[in-house]
Amino acid sequence: MPKITFIEFNGTEHVVEGEVGQTLMEVAVKHSIPGIEAECGGACACATCHVYVDEAWLEKTGTPKDTEEDMLDFAFDVRDNSRLSCQIKVTEELDGLVVRLPEKQY
Amino acid sequence: MISKSQQQTTDVSVGEPIETDAVIIGAGPVGLFAVFELGLVDIKAHVVDILDKPGGQCAELYPEKPIYDIPAFPEISGQELTDNLLAQIKPFEPTFHFQQRVDALQKLPDGRFQLTTDIGQVFITKVVVIAAGGGSFTPKKPPYPGIADYEGRSVFYAVRQREQFRGKDILIVGGGDSALDWVLNLQPIARSMKLLHRRENFRAAPDSVNKMRALVEAGKMEFHLGQITALHGENGQLTGVTARHGKGPEFEIACDTLLPFFGLTMKLGPIAEWGLNLHENLIPVDTEKFETSIPGIYAIGDINTYPGKLKLILSGFHEAALMAHSAHRVVHPDKTLRFQYTTSSSSLQKKLGVKAS
Ligand SMILES: Cc1cc2nc3c(=O)[nH]c(=O)nc-3n(C[C@H](O)[C@H](O)[C@H](O)COP(=O)(O)OP(=O)(O)OC[C@H]3O[C@@H](n4cnc5c(N)ncnc54)[C@H](O)[C@@H]3O)c2cc1C
Ligand code: FES
Repeated sequence: MPKITFIEFNGTEHVVEGEVGQTLMEVAVKHSIPGIEAECGGACACATCHVYVDEAWLEKTGTPKDTEEDMLDFAFDVRDNSRLSCQIKVTEELDGLVVRLPEKQY
Repeated sequence: MISKSQQQTTDVSVGEPIETDAVIIGAGPVGLFAVFELGLVDIKAHVVDILDKPGGQCAELYPEKPIYDIPAFPEISGQELTDNLLAQIKPFEPTFHFQQRVDALQKLPDGRFQLTTDIGQVFITKVVVIAAGGGSFTPKKPPYPGIADYEGRSVFYAVRQREQFRGKDILIVGGGDSALDWVLNLQPIARSMKLLHRRENFRAAPDSVNKMRALVEAGKMEFHLGQITALHGENGQLTGVTARHGKGPEFEIACDTLLPFFGLTMKLGPIAEWGLNLHENLIPVDTEKFETSIPGIYAIGDINTYPGKLKLILSGFHEAALMAHSAHRVVHPDKTLRFQYTTSSSSLQKKLGVKAS
């Protein structure tokens, strides 16, 4: 099972196992990672599952679709490597993925 | 859909205290259907919502997304559901009070309740129906250091009195419908208008974006790509901002008024202080009447909790029906309520304004 590292804004690291097919948001919620709110349950309608993808992983996670970019406009402190974690599907390829959390979700 | 700029030009103002049978807090799907169920039992309702439009989460968070579990609608979008509910409750002529948050709730000596909104509108009512969903929709605040110092003086998250912005040097930030609608709405009265957005594409309606671009072409406003990194000013009065696009150089934008539009999030807000014994930010109710710990105050929809609660629209509809039957006893204590079907009861059909067959 792919290992995913979530790093909280304060630096606390959480290394957890994701299941292929889950979204990154679902992995975070299942492991109660603090800092992922996911108010809309993954419908790409709330922007409270915002993460920063580690630069080394940007190619593998791909680029956001238009609907995700639209929603990212409403996220807190958006940067070039910002993504909504409910829009990233866990694959074997993402084994080792590192994402950081913003200071807050809104 | 009515665009915001058309809808919002009417300013919000406070009237005389309103005496009524029922006040519904929240115009989400459940609050709207409560108008219908109360109407059937002869209870007229006023509906208050902090949003500028009805529909709650369905209209604000997912107007275009399909819902698949509304009974008898194999598929319906959040906005269609809202529009249908508005059509269904029309015969009962509810009075809507938008862009107002109910802040205070007090019990009066005569057994009625007094509600006060954030702008000071007062309601005196026999029953209160809290259909507040996930809480009041509240603007998201952007991450600019020190922004709190300017809020209310030169930084605003909503426009309530358009005239307040006449002659100002306005900077609007964002790419959604609110941002673009207010650019177009305020540009004619502003001394200068600037828009800042983090990318070339907008989520706002293409028509508004085209109008904005035409104003830029005509030299009537400026558009900048980037995000704010610092605010400048003193004593709450903004004089300008520093912005930056990606890894590009920083630049300054002069302005005396900043309007950031980054969408809304739900915050429970003042309901927590109404003495309703909240459990994890939800209001406990019984499952017979959906009444709270205070008789005469009901809670329905996403805001309530009881054993087995599901936060589904259909559950909220059911709760509204049972609530209305109990509220009838409070509002019309001298009348007995007979259970009737809308299909066959001529008296219900009369209320609905349909011709009996
Ligand atoms: C993306 C998404 C998809 C969903 N899909 C489904 C689905 O498929 N099926 C389903 O059944 N449900 C679905 N839901 C859930 C559904 O939208 C909610 O159950 C429903 O909106 C609850 O309705 P409500 O009227 O109780 O509250 P809300 O829709 O939350 O409305 C409450 C309103 O009250 C207002 N309010 C709160 N406090 C105050 C105050 N003090 N003063 C003034 N106004 C106030 C708020 O501003 C808000 O407009 C979905 C939700 C989301 C976010
Ligand atoms: S969970 Fe709401 S946008 Fe991802």
